[in-house]
Amino acid sequence: MTIPTSSTAQVIPGQGAMAAPEAAKPAKAKRQRFLFLKNKKAAFGLIILGLYVLFAIIGPWITPYDPDARSNDLVQPPSADHWFGTTHLGQDVFSQVLDGTRPVVFVGFLAGTIATVLSVIIGITAGYLGGKTDDTLSALSNVFLVIPAIPLMIIITSILDNASNLLIALIIGLTSWSWNARVLRAQTLSLRRRDYIEASRATGEKTWRIIGFELLPNLTAVIASGFIGTVIFAVLSLITLAFIGIVSAAGWNWGTILFWAQGQQALAQGAWWWFVPAGLAIAFLGTALSLINFAIDEFVSPRLRSAGKTKLKTASGGTVRMRIGFTPVLSNSPEPHTRAQIHPDAMTPVAREATK
Amino acid sequence: MKYFLQRIAFYLFTAWAAITLNFFIPRLVPGDPVQSLIAKFRGQLSTEAINSLYVLFGLDDNKGLWAQYVDYWKQLFQGDLGLSFTFFPSPVADIIGDALPWTVLLVGITTVISFLIGTGLGVFAGWRRGSWTDGLLPVTTFFSSVPYFWLGIIAIYLLTGPDSFFPSSGGFDSSLVPAWDQYFIPSALQHSLLPALTILISSVSGWILSMRNMMVTVSSEDYITVAHAKGLSERRVAVSYAARNALLPNISGFALSLGFIVGGTLLVEIVFSYPGLGFILLQALGAKDYPLMQGIFLVITISVLVANLLADLAYLLLDPRTRKEG
Repeated sequence: MTIPTSSTAQVIPGQGAMAAPEAAKPAKAKRQRFLFLKNKKAAFGLIILGLYVLFAIIGPWITPYDPDARSNDLVQPPSADHWFGTTHLGQDVFSQVLDGTRPVVFVGFLAGTIATVLSVIIGITAGYLGGKTDDTLSALSNVFLVIPAIPLMIIITSILDNASNLLIALIIGLTSWSWNARVLRAQTLSLRRRDYIEASRATGEKTWRIIGFELLPNLTAVIASGFIGTVIFAVLSLITLAFIGIVSAAGWNWGTILFWAQGQQALAQGAWWWFVPAGLAIAFLGTALSLINFAIDEFVSPRLRSAGKTKLKTASGGTVRMRIGFTPVLSNSPEPHTRAQIHPDAMTPVAREATK
Repeated sequence: MKYFLQRIAFYLFTAWAAITLNFFIPRLVPGDPVQSLIAKFRGQLSTEAINSLYVLFGLDDNKGLWAQYVDYWKQLFQGDLGLSFTFFPSPVADIIGDALPWTVLLVGITTVISFLIGTGLGVFAGWRRGSWTDGLLPVTTFFSSVPYFWLGIIAIYLLTGPDSFFPSSGGFDSSLVPAWDQYFIPSALQHSLLPALTILISSVSGWILSMRNMMVTVSSEDYITVAHAKGLSERRVAVSYAARNALLPNISGFALSLGFIVGGTLLVEIVFSYPGLGFILLQALGAKDYPLMQGIFLVITISVLVANLLADLAYLLLDPRTRKEG
């Protein structure tokens, strides 16, 4: 999905952070936060996420109808009375979507928190202590990583009949911590031989203090990025579980709406309004979270930023493509150019290649 | 070689862990689930099925936990996964055996194609950073945030219909009998196109993004500058120097995220009523058919482990460092 990918998307962003271990060195926390918001992706993502959180809080109070209430308007397309149309029982889809926001956001964030706490404990302990502890904990997280999470969740949830949202968040949190633990372990491994850590060890700081005050602040970006990734994964998992109808007891959420739409053959009836709003709600939430994650990655590893314009117009009207590690050398001869000309003598084979 | 043996040991360990987990999950259920199942089926369960349920949930009073565990392993080695009661009296192993090829072919081929396309586009996007390719990223982000199954629903709505080339459900034309002949294979291919496209579109963006990021990171390495300085062609530097090194983390990422992908694709099968494991899982869920559910979980897990092993082999071929150690 999942997942991942979809499920895969949440798996991947960590790599950017992993790839540049030397980056996350906050000078002043305040200045950094300000900078982070300057990133368009971060600002955009945070605004959308804020809206979702707002609706999660006030959603159930501002629904125009009771999401369960039946009426005589069966399977009506969107209208002024029913913004997103109605279901086979005349229920208002707009109210269902609004009412369903709270469980999704709640499960997403709770599962994300559980998984993040677990991954921080396991990942940092494994990375910092090393040796037998590391081997055991790494094997544990690798096992959890390889066992497919969604089928496992499906079975557990199905066996625990009528699971509440709290229980579902717990199940998702407990089965999806492993990726972050792995990333954090790798990052801790690279940090723990740094001079400043060695120095604090030499001055006799306690292990918990080194971990809490020296290591953790430098892992903030990685932890945050992992948290966001897990929230995306948790939301998709909840929707999946609800869509196949094994959490129907836990009230409305977007997956439940899709479950009913699918079960009542909304497609065959042409009732697109029944499943489009819920799907878009998921997609926009996921996009907002991914954007925040990209912004964190780019913040930690500035190279990943979209480079903006890499083709520059030279004074003489030609174009040169800028590349990392290269300085184009342009000729200063007064004769008129029709295109950017680099003096052949001043040109390395590379530059010749680059200006082709 | 040492690396390879380590990996095999790890996969055996993981398989053991998954099987043990599978053994304990039904034993976590509070109360007497068998009684409620019997009540639910109102006498439609045979004595044999009821007995196998008692064994499954560990409510067999005569035996200790250890003896049950040993019995469980004995059954597994005989390929006995119990009896399904959705498709009573077929054994679970037979039902899964029928469904597995569909899933393996659909998901396996699609995932590999998606990985290849995504990696290829990622190499391009990373190498040409700052060109129009950066515009691809927001679009792919959006698609990767959409649940696989929802995209499937939309695809069915938009692309199928009475006159459409794409069938909306099933794995083959219902008038045909599964066989390797000139009627069945085209029909099966035609039915798999839309599910495959759905999986492809929602999974490809993850690969594009990760490969792009790795390419960007790799292309500022010194050996890339050296390759340029030697006057090698742009293409050669991009493919043989940058991409080859950027690929390694992506391959291990591929192996590790297979579990996530499989979870998503099961749902695609459900939406398309594709006769694979996902579709059977849905039926098992509806009927609370625990033996079947557990069998499916076990088979999926083991398939993912095998796929991981294959990815490890690929890694072994691509990264000489892993071979040197042994």
